[in-house]
Amino acid sequence: MKINIRGVRGSIPTSGPEVKHYGGNTSCAEVTAEGWKLVLDGGSGIRNLKWAEGLEQKRIDILLTHLHMDHIQGLGFFSPLFDPAMEIHIWGPSSSTHTLHERLSLYLSPPLFPVHIRDLPCKLKLHEIGNSKFEIGPFKIRSGYIIHPGPTVGYRINHDSFVFTYIPDHEPALGVSGILKDRRWVSGIDLATEADVLLHDAQYSPEEYSIKTGWGHSSMDDAVLFASMAEVKRLLMAHHDPAHSDEILDHMLLEVKERSNASFSYELAAEGMEILLPA
Amino acid sequence: MPAYEIEIILNRQLADCLSIPVFITDRKGNLIYYNEPAEEILGRRYEDTGEMPVESWATIFKPLDEDGNPLPPDGLPLVKTLKDCYPYHRSFWIESLKGKKEKISVTSYPILGRNSKFLGAVAIFWQSKDE
Repeated sequence: MKINIRGVRGSIPTSGPEVKHYGGNTSCAEVTAEGWKLVLDGGSGIRNLKWAEGLEQKRIDILLTHLHMDHIQGLGFFSPLFDPAMEIHIWGPSSSTHTLHERLSLYLSPPLFPVHIRDLPCKLKLHEIGNSKFEIGPFKIRSGYIIHPGPTVGYRINHDSFVFTYIPDHEPALGVSGILKDRRWVSGIDLATEADVLLHDAQYSPEEYSIKTGWGHSSMDDAVLFASMAEVKRLLMAHHDPAHSDEILDHMLLEVKERSNASFSYELAAEGMEILLPA
Repeated sequence: MPAYEIEIILNRQLADCLSIPVFITDRKGNLIYYNEPAEEILGRRYEDTGEMPVESWATIFKPLDEDGNPLPPDGLPLVKTLKDCYPYHRSFWIESLKGKKEKISVTSYPILGRNSKFLGAVAIFWQSKDE
Protein backbone atom coordinates (compact mmCIF):
# COMPACT_ATOMS: atom_id res chain seq x y z
CA MET A 1 0.00 0.00 0.00
CA LYS A 2 1.38 3.38 -1.02
CA ILE A 3 0.15 6.55 0.66
CA ASN A 4 0.69 9.93 -0.97
CA ILE A 5 -0.20 13.03 0.97
CA ARG A 6 -1.63 15.66 -1.38
CA GLY A 7 -3.06 18.31 0.92
CA VAL A 8 -2.67 18.97 4.63
CA ARG A 9 -3.96 22.50 5.15
CA GLY A 10 -7.16 23.09 7.07
CA SER A 11 -10.02 25.45 6.33
CA ILE A 12 -8.81 27.27 3.22
CA PRO A 13 -6.01 26.88 0.66
CA THR A 14 -3.02 28.98 1.59
CA SER A 15 -0.17 30.08 -0.62
CA GLY A 16 3.13 31.86 -0.26
CA PRO A 17 6.74 31.11 0.53
CA GLU A 18 5.95 30.90 4.26
CA VAL A 19 3.93 27.69 3.75
CA LYS A 20 6.09 26.18 1.05
CA HIS A 21 7.46 23.31 3.13
CA TYR A 22 4.25 21.82 4.57
CA GLY A 23 2.05 23.02 1.72
CA GLY A 24 -1.06 25.10 1.37
CA ASN A 25 -3.55 22.75 -0.29
CA THR A 26 -6.51 21.47 1.70
CA SER A 27 -7.17 17.87 2.68
CA CYS A 28 -6.43 15.08 0.26
CA ALA A 29 -4.50 11.81 0.37
CA GLU A 30 -4.07 9.04 -2.16
CA VAL A 31 -3.81 5.35 -1.36
CA THR A 32 -2.74 2.90 -4.05
CA ALA A 33 -2.38 -0.88 -4.08
CA GLU A 34 -2.63 -3.63 -6.68
CA GLY A 35 -3.76 -1.24 -9.39
CA TRP A 36 -6.59 0.22 -7.29
CA LYS A 37 -6.72 3.79 -6.05
CA LEU A 38 -8.50 5.46 -3.16
CA VAL A 39 -8.67 9.22 -2.86
CA LEU A 40 -9.29 10.44 0.67
CA ASP A 41 -11.14 13.75 0.62
CA GLY A 42 -11.43 16.16 -2.27
CA GLY A 43 -9.76 19.30 -0.97
CA SER A 44 -7.65 21.44 -3.27
CA GLY A 45 -4.82 18.92 -2.89
CA ILE A 46 -6.71 16.61 -5.24
CA ARG A 47 -5.26 18.66 -8.10
CA ASN A 48 -1.80 17.34 -7.17
CA LEU A 49 -2.96 13.79 -7.48
CA LYS A 50 -1.28 11.64 -10.12
CA TRP A 51 -4.51 9.86 -10.73
CA ALA A 52 -3.40 7.66 -13.59
CA GLU A 53 -0.22 6.53 -11.84
CA GLY A 54 -0.45 2.95 -10.65
CA LEU A 55 -4.07 2.70 -11.76
CA GLU A 56 -5.00 -0.45 -13.62
CA GLN A 57 -8.76 -0.01 -13.35
CA LYS A 58 -10.98 2.55 -15.00
CA ARG A 59 -12.26 3.21 -11.53
CA ILE A 60 -11.35 5.60 -8.72
CA ASP A 61 -12.99 5.69 -5.29
CA ILE A 62 -13.19 9.01 -3.47
CA LEU A 63 -13.81 8.66 0.25
CA LEU A 64 -15.06 11.88 1.81
CA THR A 65 -14.81 12.33 5.55
CA HIS A 66 -17.40 15.11 5.46
CA LEU A 67 -18.66 17.85 3.23
CA HIS A 68 -17.06 21.00 4.60
CA MET A 69 -15.67 23.08 1.76
CA ASP A 70 -12.01 22.38 2.47
CA HIS A 71 -12.73 18.68 1.86
CA ILE A 72 -14.72 18.96 -1.38
CA GLN A 73 -13.58 22.14 -3.08
CA GLY A 74 -11.17 20.28 -5.37
CA LEU A 75 -13.77 17.85 -6.70
CA GLY A 76 -14.83 20.12 -9.54
CA PHE A 77 -11.23 20.21 -10.74
CA PHE A 78 -10.59 16.47 -10.65
CA SER A 79 -10.26 15.57 -14.33
CA PRO A 80 -11.44 11.91 -14.13
CA LEU A 81 -14.91 13.25 -13.26
CA PHE A 82 -15.04 14.67 -16.78
CA ASP A 83 -13.89 11.48 -18.50
CA PRO A 84 -16.77 9.31 -19.79
CA ALA A 85 -14.55 6.23 -19.63
CA MET A 86 -14.02 6.57 -15.89
CA GLU A 87 -16.11 5.04 -13.15
CA ILE A 88 -16.00 7.26 -10.06
CA HIS A 89 -17.41 6.15 -6.75
CA ILE A 90 -17.89 8.80 -4.09
CA TRP A 91 -18.38 7.58 -0.53
CA GLY A 92 -19.53 9.98 2.16
CA PRO A 93 -21.27 10.13 5.52
CA SER A 94 -25.03 9.85 5.52
CA SER A 95 -27.09 12.55 7.15
CA SER A 96 -30.45 12.39 8.88
CA THR A 97 -31.94 14.94 6.53
CA HIS A 98 -30.41 15.17 3.05
CA THR A 99 -28.93 12.62 0.68
CA LEU A 100 -25.26 12.71 -0.26
CA HIS A 101 -26.30 13.72 -3.77
CA GLU A 102 -28.35 16.65 -2.46
CA ARG A 103 -25.52 17.87 -0.23
CA LEU A 104 -22.81 17.51 -2.89
CA SER A 105 -24.95 19.27 -5.47
CA LEU A 106 -25.09 22.34 -3.24
CA TYR A 107 -21.51 22.90 -4.35
CA LEU A 108 -21.47 21.12 -7.72
CA SER A 109 -24.12 23.29 -9.33
CA PRO A 110 -24.58 26.98 -10.22
CA PRO A 111 -24.08 29.54 -8.85
CA LEU A 112 -21.08 28.03 -6.99
CA PHE A 113 -19.92 25.82 -9.86
CA PRO A 114 -20.76 25.91 -13.58
CA VAL A 115 -21.40 22.19 -14.01
CA HIS A 116 -24.24 20.27 -12.37
CA ILE A 117 -23.26 17.05 -10.69
CA ARG A 118 -25.82 15.23 -12.85
CA ASP A 119 -24.03 16.47 -15.98
CA LEU A 120 -20.62 15.08 -15.06
CA PRO A 121 -19.57 12.81 -17.95
CA CYS A 122 -18.04 10.04 -15.85
CA LYS A 123 -20.01 7.06 -14.54
CA LEU A 124 -20.73 8.40 -11.08
CA LYS A 125 -21.93 6.30 -8.19
CA LEU A 126 -22.60 7.67 -4.73
CA HIS A 127 -22.49 5.60 -1.54
CA GLU A 128 -23.80 6.74 1.83
CA ILE A 129 -21.95 5.30 4.80
CA GLY A 130 -21.86 5.66 8.57
CA ASN A 131 -20.49 3.12 11.01
CA SER A 132 -19.83 0.81 8.09
CA LYS A 133 -17.57 -1.92 6.77
CA PHE A 134 -16.98 -2.33 3.06
CA GLU A 135 -14.42 -3.53 0.55
CA ILE A 136 -12.97 -1.76 -2.46
CA GLY A 137 -10.71 -4.00 -4.56
CA PRO A 138 -7.95 -5.19 -2.23
CA PHE A 139 -8.84 -2.72 0.55
CA LYS A 140 -10.92 -3.60 3.60
CA ILE A 141 -12.36 -0.38 4.96
CA ARG A 142 -14.13 0.64 8.14
CA SER A 143 -15.76 4.01 8.56
CA GLY A 144 -17.10 5.45 11.78
CA TYR A 145 -18.76 8.66 12.87
CA ILE A 146 -16.47 10.92 14.87
CA ILE A 147 -16.84 14.19 16.74
CA HIS A 148 -16.82 17.11 14.28
CA PRO A 149 -19.66 19.49 13.40
CA GLY A 150 -22.04 17.85 10.91
CA PRO A 151 -21.96 14.22 9.80
CA THR A 152 -18.27 13.27 9.71
CA VAL A 153 -16.51 9.94 9.52
CA GLY A 154 -12.97 8.68 9.85
CA TYR A 155 -11.58 5.78 7.80
CA ARG A 156 -9.55 2.73 8.73
CA ILE A 157 -8.03 1.27 5.60
CA ASN A 158 -6.59 -2.19 5.72
CA HIS A 159 -4.45 -3.72 3.02
CA ASP A 160 -2.83 -7.09 3.71
CA SER A 161 -2.00 -6.72 7.38
CA PHE A 162 -1.26 -3.00 7.25
CA VAL A 163 -3.52 -0.23 8.47
CA PHE A 164 -3.74 3.42 7.51
CA THR A 165 -6.23 5.48 9.52
CA TYR A 166 -7.38 8.82 8.20
CA ILE A 167 -9.09 11.26 10.59
CA PRO A 168 -8.16 14.76 9.39
CA ASP A 169 -10.95 16.62 11.23
CA HIS A 170 -11.69 15.48 14.76
CA GLU A 171 -12.22 16.85 18.24
CA PRO A 172 -12.00 13.92 20.66
CA ALA A 173 -11.29 16.31 23.54
CA LEU A 174 -14.65 18.06 23.34
CA GLY A 175 -16.05 18.37 26.86
CA VAL A 176 -15.00 19.72 30.23
CA SER A 177 -12.52 16.93 30.95
CA GLY A 178 -10.75 16.71 27.60
CA ILE A 179 -9.94 13.23 26.28
CA LEU A 180 -11.21 10.74 28.85
CA LYS A 181 -8.85 8.05 30.10
CA ASP A 182 -11.28 5.20 29.47
CA ARG A 183 -10.91 4.46 25.77
CA ARG A 184 -14.53 3.35 25.45
CA TRP A 185 -15.43 7.03 25.86
CA VAL A 186 -13.05 8.32 23.18
CA SER A 187 -14.46 9.16 19.76
CA GLY A 188 -12.67 7.48 16.86
CA ILE A 189 -10.38 5.32 18.96
CA ASP A 190 -11.51 2.02 17.40
CA LEU A 191 -10.63 3.32 13.95
CA ALA A 192 -7.10 4.19 15.01
CA THR A 193 -6.23 1.26 17.26
CA GLU A 194 -2.74 -0.07 16.46
CA ALA A 195 -2.68 1.61 13.06
CA ASP A 196 0.64 1.57 11.24
CA VAL A 197 0.02 5.16 10.21
CA LEU A 198 -2.56 7.56 11.60
CA LEU A 199 -3.18 10.90 9.94
CA HIS A 200 -5.00 13.03 12.50
CA ASP A 201 -6.18 16.57 13.06
CA ALA A 202 -3.67 18.69 15.00
CA GLN A 203 -4.65 22.21 14.03
CA TYR A 204 -4.07 24.13 17.22
CA SER A 205 -1.69 24.87 20.03
CA PRO A 206 -3.25 24.20 23.46
CA GLU A 207 -3.80 27.96 23.88
CA GLU A 208 -5.59 28.23 20.55
CA TYR A 209 -7.71 25.18 21.35
CA SER A 210 -8.86 26.72 24.61
CA ILE A 211 -10.56 29.55 22.72
CA LYS A 212 -11.72 27.41 19.78
CA THR A 213 -13.23 24.51 21.68
CA GLY A 214 -16.20 23.12 19.80
CA TRP A 215 -14.91 24.11 16.37
CA GLY A 216 -14.25 20.46 15.65
CA HIS A 217 -10.46 20.31 15.74
CA SER A 218 -7.64 19.15 17.99
CA SER A 219 -4.55 20.57 19.55
CA MET A 220 -1.24 18.92 18.69
CA ASP A 221 -1.03 17.69 22.26
CA ASP A 222 -4.44 16.03 22.02
CA ALA A 223 -3.48 14.42 18.72
CA VAL A 224 -0.41 12.90 20.38
CA LEU A 225 -2.48 11.76 23.38
CA PHE A 226 -5.13 10.23 21.11
CA ALA A 227 -2.48 8.42 19.06
CA SER A 228 -0.82 7.20 22.22
CA MET A 229 -4.09 5.79 23.58
CA ALA A 230 -4.72 4.12 20.23
CA GLU A 231 -1.19 2.66 20.30
CA VAL A 232 -0.42 3.69 16.74
CA LYS A 233 3.03 3.19 15.28
CA ARG A 234 3.31 6.50 13.47
CA LEU A 235 1.32 9.72 13.66
CA LEU A 236 1.08 12.33 10.94
CA MET A 237 -0.33 15.57 12.31
CA ALA A 238 -2.42 17.43 9.78
CA HIS A 239 -5.11 20.02 9.07
CA HIS A 240 -2.61 22.79 9.63
CA ASP A 241 -4.15 26.13 10.47
CA PRO A 242 -4.02 28.56 7.51
CA ALA A 243 -2.50 31.15 9.86
CA HIS A 244 0.42 28.87 10.74
CA SER A 245 3.54 29.33 8.63
CA ASP A 246 6.18 26.61 8.32
CA GLU A 247 8.16 28.41 10.98
CA ILE A 248 5.24 28.49 13.41
CA LEU A 249 4.45 24.83 12.76
CA ASP A 250 8.05 23.80 13.42
CA HIS A 251 8.02 25.78 16.63
CA MET A 252 4.71 24.21 17.73
CA LEU A 253 6.06 20.74 17.05
CA LEU A 254 9.19 21.48 19.04
CA GLU A 255 7.10 22.57 22.00
CA VAL A 256 4.97 19.42 21.83
CA LYS A 257 8.09 17.27 21.79
CA GLU A 258 9.33 19.07 24.89
CA ARG A 259 6.05 18.38 26.71
CA SER A 260 5.42 14.85 25.49
CA ASN A 261 7.18 11.61 26.27
CA ALA A 262 5.37 9.62 23.59
CA SER A 263 7.35 6.62 22.47
CA PHE A 264 6.01 6.38 18.92
CA SER A 265 7.04 8.39 15.90
CA TYR A 266 5.14 11.57 15.18
CA GLU A 267 5.67 14.41 12.77
CA LEU A 268 3.86 17.06 10.79
CA ALA A 269 2.22 15.87 7.61
CA ALA A 270 3.48 17.64 4.51
CA GLU A 271 2.27 17.82 0.96
CA GLY A 272 4.26 15.43 -1.22
CA MET A 273 4.99 12.87 1.50
CA GLU A 274 5.06 9.30 0.27
CA ILE A 275 4.75 6.38 2.65
CA LEU A 276 5.06 2.72 1.77
CA LEU A 277 3.51 0.01 3.91
CA PRO A 278 5.43 -2.15 4.49
CA ALA A 279 8.30 0.34 4.45
CA MET B 1 -14.17 -3.39 24.51
CA PRO B 2 -15.31 -1.20 21.63
CA ALA B 3 -15.87 2.50 22.18
CA TYR B 4 -19.36 3.90 22.56
CA GLU B 5 -21.06 5.63 19.68
CA ILE B 6 -20.33 9.36 19.57
CA GLU B 7 -23.94 10.20 20.37
CA ILE B 8 -23.46 8.47 23.74
CA ILE B 9 -20.04 10.08 24.26
CA LEU B 10 -21.43 13.54 23.53
CA ASN B 11 -24.32 12.99 25.95
CA ARG B 12 -21.81 12.15 28.67
CA GLN B 13 -19.72 15.21 27.87
CA LEU B 14 -22.87 17.34 28.08
CA ALA B 15 -23.88 15.71 31.38
CA ASP B 16 -20.46 16.56 32.76
CA CYS B 17 -21.21 20.25 32.20
CA LEU B 18 -24.65 20.27 33.87
CA SER B 19 -25.61 20.94 37.46
CA ILE B 20 -28.68 18.70 37.25
CA PRO B 21 -28.51 14.93 37.82
CA VAL B 22 -28.20 12.96 34.60
CA PHE B 23 -28.21 9.20 34.16
CA ILE B 24 -27.22 7.56 30.86
CA THR B 25 -28.07 3.98 30.03
CA ASP B 26 -27.39 1.66 27.16
CA ARG B 27 -30.17 0.05 25.13
CA LYS B 28 -30.83 -2.53 27.84
CA GLY B 29 -30.99 -0.07 30.71
CA ASN B 30 -27.55 -0.74 32.13
CA LEU B 31 -26.27 2.44 33.73
CA ILE B 32 -23.20 3.41 31.76
CA TYR B 33 -22.68 6.90 33.17
CA TYR B 34 -23.99 9.30 35.80
CA ASN B 35 -22.70 12.76 36.56
CA GLU B 36 -21.69 14.31 39.88
CA PRO B 37 -25.14 15.69 40.79
CA ALA B 38 -26.54 12.20 40.11
CA GLU B 39 -23.97 10.72 42.47
CA GLU B 40 -25.68 12.57 45.31
CA ILE B 41 -29.00 10.94 44.50
CA LEU B 42 -27.51 7.52 43.97
CA GLY B 43 -25.27 7.75 47.02
CA ARG B 44 -22.41 6.30 45.05
CA ARG B 45 -19.60 7.63 42.94
CA TYR B 46 -19.14 6.77 39.29
CA GLU B 47 -15.42 6.58 39.93
CA ASP B 48 -16.11 3.77 42.41
CA THR B 49 -18.90 1.85 40.74
CA GLY B 50 -18.19 2.30 37.04
CA GLU B 51 -21.02 0.96 34.99
CA MET B 52 -23.89 -0.75 36.80
CA PRO B 53 -26.11 -3.50 35.43
CA VAL B 54 -29.79 -2.68 35.27
CA GLU B 55 -30.66 -5.12 38.08
CA SER B 56 -28.35 -3.46 40.59
CA TRP B 57 -29.04 0.22 39.98
CA ALA B 58 -32.78 0.03 39.32
CA THR B 59 -33.44 -1.27 42.84
CA ILE B 60 -31.66 1.64 44.53
CA PHE B 61 -34.60 3.94 43.90
CA LYS B 62 -37.87 3.24 45.62
CA PRO B 63 -40.39 5.20 43.57
CA LEU B 64 -43.65 5.91 45.39
CA ASP B 65 -46.96 7.49 44.47
CA GLU B 66 -48.42 10.34 46.51
CA ASP B 67 -49.98 7.89 48.96
CA GLY B 68 -46.66 6.20 49.56
CA ASN B 69 -47.48 3.10 47.54
CA PRO B 70 -44.66 1.60 45.45
CA LEU B 71 -44.85 2.52 41.77
CA PRO B 72 -44.54 -0.34 39.28
CA PRO B 73 -41.42 -0.02 37.08
CA ASP B 74 -43.54 0.11 33.94
CA GLY B 75 -44.86 3.52 35.02
CA LEU B 76 -41.45 5.15 35.25
CA PRO B 77 -40.28 7.45 32.44
CA LEU B 78 -36.93 5.78 31.80
CA VAL B 79 -38.43 2.29 31.71
CA LYS B 80 -41.03 3.50 29.22
CA THR B 81 -38.37 5.18 27.07
CA LEU B 82 -36.30 2.01 27.00
CA LYS B 83 -39.38 0.08 25.97
CA ASP B 84 -40.68 2.22 23.11
CA CYS B 85 -37.98 4.86 22.38
CA TYR B 86 -40.18 7.87 23.14
CA PRO B 87 -39.56 10.66 25.68
CA TYR B 88 -41.54 10.76 28.93
CA HIS B 89 -41.92 12.98 31.95
CA ARG B 90 -43.48 12.27 35.33
CA SER B 91 -43.39 13.53 38.90
CA PHE B 92 -43.32 11.07 41.79
CA TRP B 93 -41.74 10.51 45.18
CA ILE B 94 -38.56 8.69 46.05
CA GLU B 95 -37.16 7.78 49.41
CA SER B 96 -33.94 9.66 49.95
CA LEU B 97 -30.81 8.08 51.36
CA LYS B 98 -31.73 9.60 54.72
CA GLY B 99 -35.13 7.90 54.59
CA LYS B 100 -36.99 11.11 53.76
CA LYS B 101 -39.63 11.23 51.03
CA GLU B 102 -38.73 13.68 48.25
CA LYS B 103 -40.87 14.70 45.33
CA ILE B 104 -38.95 14.69 42.06
CA SER B 105 -39.69 14.99 38.37
CA VAL B 106 -37.96 12.80 35.82
CA THR B 107 -37.57 13.51 32.13
CA SER B 108 -36.31 10.71 29.95
CA TYR B 109 -35.42 10.72 26.30
CA PRO B 110 -34.06 8.16 23.86
CA ILE B 111 -30.70 8.65 22.20
CA LEU B 112 -31.60 8.13 18.58
CA GLY B 113 -28.47 8.38 16.50
CA ARG B 114 -28.10 8.92 12.82
CA ASN B 115 -30.46 6.74 10.79
CA SER B 116 -32.69 6.79 13.90
CA LYS B 117 -30.71 3.98 15.50
CA PHE B 118 -31.64 3.55 19.16
CA LEU B 119 -28.43 3.68 21.18
CA GLY B 120 -29.55 4.23 24.76
CA ALA B 121 -31.50 6.59 26.99
CA VAL B 122 -31.02 9.53 29.31
CA ALA B 123 -32.92 10.33 32.49
CA ILE B 124 -32.74 13.80 34.00
CA PHE B 125 -33.93 14.26 37.57
CA TRP B 126 -35.41 17.61 38.57
CA GLN B 127 -36.32 18.85 41.96
CA SER B 128 -40.09 19.08 41.76
CA LYS B 129 -41.39 22.61 41.26
CA ASP B 130 -43.96 22.51 44.06
CA GLU B 131 -41.46 21.09 46.52
